[in-house]
Amino acid sequence: MPACSTKCGKTAILKRPKTGDALCKECFFEAFENEIHYTIERAKLFRPGSTVAIAASGGKDSTVLAYVLKLLNEKFNYQLKLVLLSIDEGITGYRDDSLNTVKQNKEDYGMDLKILSYKELYGWTMDEIVAEIGRKNNCTFCGVFRRQALDRGAYLLKVDYVATGHNADDIAETVLMNILRGDIARLNRCTSIITDSGDGIPRVKPLKYAFEKEIVMYAYFKKLIYFTTECVFAPNAYRGHARVLLKDLEKIDPTIIMNIIKSGEDLKVAETTKIPTLTRCVRCNYVSSQDVCKACILLEGLNKGLPRLGIGKSSKVKRLLKENEEKTSSCNSKNCCNAKPEKSHCLCKTTIPSIS
Amino acid sequence: MKVNCEYGGGCDLLFGTKQETYELPSSSTAWTVGELLLWLAEKHLKTTQENFLQGDSVRPGILVMINEMDWELLDTTNYVLKENDTVIFFSTLHGG
Repeated sequence: MPACSTKCGKTAILKRPKTGDALCKECFFEAFENEIHYTIERAKLFRPGSTVAIAASGGKDSTVLAYVLKLLNEKFNYQLKLVLLSIDEGITGYRDDSLNTVKQNKEDYGMDLKILSYKELYGWTMDEIVAEIGRKNNCTFCGVFRRQALDRGAYLLKVDYVATGHNADDIAETVLMNILRGDIARLNRCTSIITDSGDGIPRVKPLKYAFEKEIVMYAYFKKLIYFTTECVFAPNAYRGHARVLLKDLEKIDPTIIMNIIKSGEDLKVAETTKIPTLTRCVRCNYVSSQDVCKACILLEGLNKGLPRLGIGKSSKVKRLLKENEEKTSSCNSKNCCNAKPEKSHCLCKTTIPSIS
Repeated sequence: MKVNCEYGGGCDLLFGTKQETYELPSSSTAWTVGELLLWLAEKHLKTTQENFLQGDSVRPGILVMINEMDWELLDTTNYVLKENDTVIFFSTLHGG
């Protein structure tokens, strides 16, 4: 039986991917929690006395994040108020089940929970969107809408931070994905432990250096209940390819994950590279690199019966938006919305309520 | 020889069960976990092999524990099974 590398005398139960150390259960818990504490301290992630919304999906990462943040908050006296924020995308057989797990977390950890749905924010559930657009670009809609939904939820809850469960594997995967796509703007910011979405509420990633294997093992040995079903629409997602590549590399040498993150962090973008400047969406006031933000464009496409509107090139999108605008003015004059209020494909109802 | 297998994190969908005790056919040589993997894939896997296996081991992203211990501490596929061992397969390949 392998002994714990700390020479505590107990039997090891896991080999740490990051260091290769064999640790017993107790030493593993301590090492895992202390590393997250160190990450939080070193980056000065939270001001004492703040309120933190934990973006909770019911999955392994956010469940472990909620558990560990509660534990560290008490142990090291961060003086944080922790709340749970969940987004209901409206995916039958996936999110409805996983939200039950979040509700259990709310009880177990004694935290307030706010659930915000795509339906109430955008007027569409993901089930309805997929029925409209099929399964090819559905993850684009879901990703764009979720990011905004979390920010809007944070704004509603008046929190100081949103903490997400992104782990080391996720971040390495995102670095690879942005390289594969040539998306230098995102490559440049995807490794930041703290990002500002423009509304003054920072997004933080306390599990940035925590390996997926350790998160799963931690949840397993702590007997944390989490939800494990793959999204019913996910098998066609692009991220899958980057994930498979990363897992293959990790098998050769787990430290590759840390190396990819480090490469992303130390990367300096050439001054000649064009990086889009961030501004505000003219419709909903959300931060955007274009006049009209991606969510508003996608939504307009859905409501107009042109679901592919936001998928193509931005030049094409601009032309279509202009055409639609002209149609809107003629539609308003005929009062068509009064006649067919539901899914009339009229633009009068397409805008998301402004954020401020 | 009896061996208990548990499936979690989505591996339960691959085998259509969360837990099962199998009676392994008697063999002149000892059963290794590597041989168990191939046997499970052939006899009990409900989907294609790529969802579970890669080469002679599990697909990367599936964690394996033998009697509550990380199999990476037990020489992975070369571990020799004993009567009533419990092998747990845990997938990490799911969304949040």
